[in-house]
Amino acid sequence: MRSDPIFLTMTTTHASAKPRPQFRNLNLSQLVAYRLPPAGWVSIMHRASGAALFLLLPWLLWLFDLSLTSDLSFDRMREYASHWLVKLVLLATVWALLHHLIAGIRYLLLDLHIGIGKQSSTTSALWVYYVSLPLAVAAGLRLFGVI
Amino acid sequence: MASPIGAKRLVVGAHYGLGEWLAQRLTAVVLGVYVIALGVYVIVQRDLSYDTWSALFVPLWMKIVTLLALAALLYHAWIGMRDIWMDYVKPTGLRLTLEFATILWLAACAVWSAQILWRV
Repeated sequence: MRSDPIFLTMTTTHASAKPRPQFRNLNLSQLVAYRLPPAGWVSIMHRASGAALFLLLPWLLWLFDLSLTSDLSFDRMREYASHWLVKLVLLATVWALLHHLIAGIRYLLLDLHIGIGKQSSTTSALWVYYVSLPLAVAAGLRLFGVI
Repeated sequence: MASPIGAKRLVVGAHYGLGEWLAQRLTAVVLGVYVIALGVYVIVQRDLSYDTWSALFVPLWMKIVTLLALAALLYHAWIGMRDIWMDYVKPTGLRLTLEFATILWLAACAVWSAQILWRV
């Protein structure tokens, strides 16, 4: 057993060390007041849109099944999708997909160390919205028969 | 002798590896290419009829490409959902249950996808 002072000090410090601080997720009251930068919004919406797509997956597979089984089921799918509520869910799906896709491309570029500067990453975060939102609006106009 | 792994490691943690991180990105590239290609096709065709739409999935190569894209989707979804469960669900038992349910659910979706595609 070593008894030099420095070793004893180290072990004593270790034994009486404070519990490691834990940094958990923000709670809801903090979350509401928290002002996220654009990149933060892209990040949380990337997660939210991904989760939404996961939850919508069985419904989308069901629609895919209807669209391919026969011309009768194809017509049945079109009729089903003509309801405004279904159109609204479809629009939400298209938005989720667009956001997830475009934010995902941004993340792949960041992984390649492209645009990791503070300013350029903020700009690219804003561009995720500049691209995904107009495309989602266009999809909405098409869905609701405007264009 | 103390465990070489250490007490801070979790039984159902992330395996602390690069594998899932990399798989998430590789499947993302596959999905991005497939979704953009299919999206452009649907937009260019404008009003798709059943005949045009179903004819697209008749060739074997399209079935294989689509099934690979769906497999990439399910693996991608698994890693993403696993991340979400790991971030927000702290009780180990509950997290394991949710992760297991996610795997079962995605595996069921994989079988369903194959059945849809091979009926065309």
